[in-house]
Amino acid sequence: MSRRPFFFSVARFWGIVRKEFLQLKRDRVTLAVTIGIPVMLLILFGYAINMDPKNLKTMMIDADRSEFSRSFIMAMHNTGYFKFVGELNNEEEGEEALARGDTQFVVNIPSDFSRQLVRGERPAVLIIADATDPAAASNAIGAVTRLAESVGWKDFGGPLTTLHGSALPFEVLVHRRYNPEGITQYNIVPGLMGVILMMTMVMITGLAMVRERERGTMENLLATPVRPLEVMTGKIVPYIFIGMIQASIILLAAILLFSVPFVGGIVELYVILLVYIAAALTVGITISSLSMNQLQSVQLTFFFFLPNVLLSGFMFPFYGMPYWAQVIAHGLPMTYFNRLVRGIMLKGNSWPDLWTDLWPLMAFTVILMGVALKFYRRTLD
Amino acid sequence: MITRQEGRVRSSEFAIDVRGLNKYFGDKHVVDDLSLQVRPGEIFGFLGPNGSGKTTSIRLMCGLLTPDSGGGTCLGYDIITESDAIKRNVGYMTQRFSFWEDLSIRENLDFIARVYQMPDRKTAVENSLTNLGLKERANQLAGTLSGGWKQRLALAACMLHRPALLLLDEPTAGVDPAARRDFWEELHRLAAQGVSVLVSTHYMDEAERCHKLAYISHGALLAQGAAQEIVAAQGLFTWAIKGEIADENLARLSAMLAGKPGVLQTAAFGNALHVTGRDPVMLEKTLRETIADLPYEMVRTETGLEEVFIHLMRTSAEARKVKR
Repeated sequence: MSRRPFFFSVARFWGIVRKEFLQLKRDRVTLAVTIGIPVMLLILFGYAINMDPKNLKTMMIDADRSEFSRSFIMAMHNTGYFKFVGELNNEEEGEEALARGDTQFVVNIPSDFSRQLVRGERPAVLIIADATDPAAASNAIGAVTRLAESVGWKDFGGPLTTLHGSALPFEVLVHRRYNPEGITQYNIVPGLMGVILMMTMVMITGLAMVRERERGTMENLLATPVRPLEVMTGKIVPYIFIGMIQASIILLAAILLFSVPFVGGIVELYVILLVYIAAALTVGITISSLSMNQLQSVQLTFFFFLPNVLLSGFMFPFYGMPYWAQVIAHGLPMTYFNRLVRGIMLKGNSWPDLWTDLWPLMAFTVILMGVALKFYRRTLD
Repeated sequence: MITRQEGRVRSSEFAIDVRGLNKYFGDKHVVDDLSLQVRPGEIFGFLGPNGSGKTTSIRLMCGLLTPDSGGGTCLGYDIITESDAIKRNVGYMTQRFSFWEDLSIRENLDFIARVYQMPDRKTAVENSLTNLGLKERANQLAGTLSGGWKQRLALAACMLHRPALLLLDEPTAGVDPAARRDFWEELHRLAAQGVSVLVSTHYMDEAERCHKLAYISHGALLAQGAAQEIVAAQGLFTWAIKGEIADENLARLSAMLAGKPGVLQTAAFGNALHVTGRDPVMLEKTLRETIADLPYEMVRTETGLEEVFIHLMRTSAEARKVKR
């Protein structure tokens, strides 16, 4: 209850900053975790999340049993995407195998394939794909479509050169249940930066205030003349440094380990990182002001974290989401960060392009800081 | 020598002047119409059983809690609207150690000096370390200190900014007698320099060192005044029964006397039994009859604070029972 709630003393603010730095320095575990987590997660996800999987289980229905069908299947095998694990008698069996998950692809070569081919009737090869995970299937499907071209001319030359025309000798029909936006690894690694920063930053500051409360030091802090804004900003500053170190580690790994191209400006990237880290830390401080104990704080952190990961466009294509989900996602900082970081690293965007997604991030931070200040309890009531 | 900055503290007749304070936690009436005045330079003892509302009252006075009704001033500042000014000029020592255990003693003091924006911070911290004998432990983490040292640190920290008023919530709980004596000497030194002190305690010897006392039970003030005044006001008479009394006999004697005419309460002091009553004639008669055949002797003694407080606690508990 003060008549000047926004009065700010730099000396007191600096007192808090120093205290937080000292405490952070002593808290070796947290420090190790904050530095260790990005490296661990990046290596784990960077290598584990493979959006271009190979050796996918495939079964075939070869009703034609001709030189041509065998040649086509061999060519499919040679792309590296398909691993033939069995042969089926009819399409029904194929559907069952797919439903059971015994196979991811069923290649169906019709009985009159070679006859039609020779007649130049452009027969169709049907590939049924289990596209529950659309990303897993899309590259393989892409490969087989290209295959039709190359295999066609190589293997069906000679006596069939007359077929050499403008069109392909045969057609590949792909049936899939989704039409996913292709996600490449270049997309994943910059996105991971947003995920890792969000998780560690929100969680650490989420505990910052609540820890004072649980340890009983809040009473002492409240009895001193420090003001809410000084406490909050003072607690955020040390973690901005930690966040910057984290981001730099991830960036180095992205370039050195995963060869992610970096076509944009480094200054732009760091400015955006600074804004994003501040936004994440503000979220943490707000959570900390709202929660009564560390458990609540961790719960709230996850409540905030999950929609960010799932809706921001990191995990699933943003424009594949229904409109209402996009509206929600526009209230989440990671959405903007994903666009910004991909814009800088992959597209080489500069300030005019970046501004559209940068100002909402700044507005988010300022508004949330206001919320946190409003909920900061100045008494023990 | 402590010198206070001019104009920091408003001139006022009382260091603490609160009237009609009420505080509820849910439907629990924790502070019940509390009024008390502490004069500048006074050491004011705040007594009462556990859970009687001492801590809550202190928190109300320094603006850490908002009263549901009532109000007043601390150092001339309104406890509701001017808590910022109160915080700058009051040193509050919490009941539970509330400094940062992962900071060293020096770092804790330095932090406090910074948030109080003390001029010449470094000297102030070093002086404080020297004065309280914390110098050689200055770099030790507060969390590794024993109870007595933690208490010294807490006291050093809450006096660092030279407050005009100290609010100390059970500062000597769990502290050894020698350290307690040093602590009280320090308090009297400060009081002599004009610092007002409100200190809550459970120890009777400490209560007797205070200039003035207030006894509170279930949030309500039951007695207020100097120690002798409080004792005199209760109008109690006490006899000590002495002799070669073994513990089991002491207990038997105590049971024998309970409820007899004129006897209000008994309390064992070493191998003597103190028997207190309100009617001196009836009490003496009862006692003489009871120990007539026993090898004990009885001596008139002064009624102590302890007897008075036990009496106050009991009568207030009985009164509350009747009220329900």
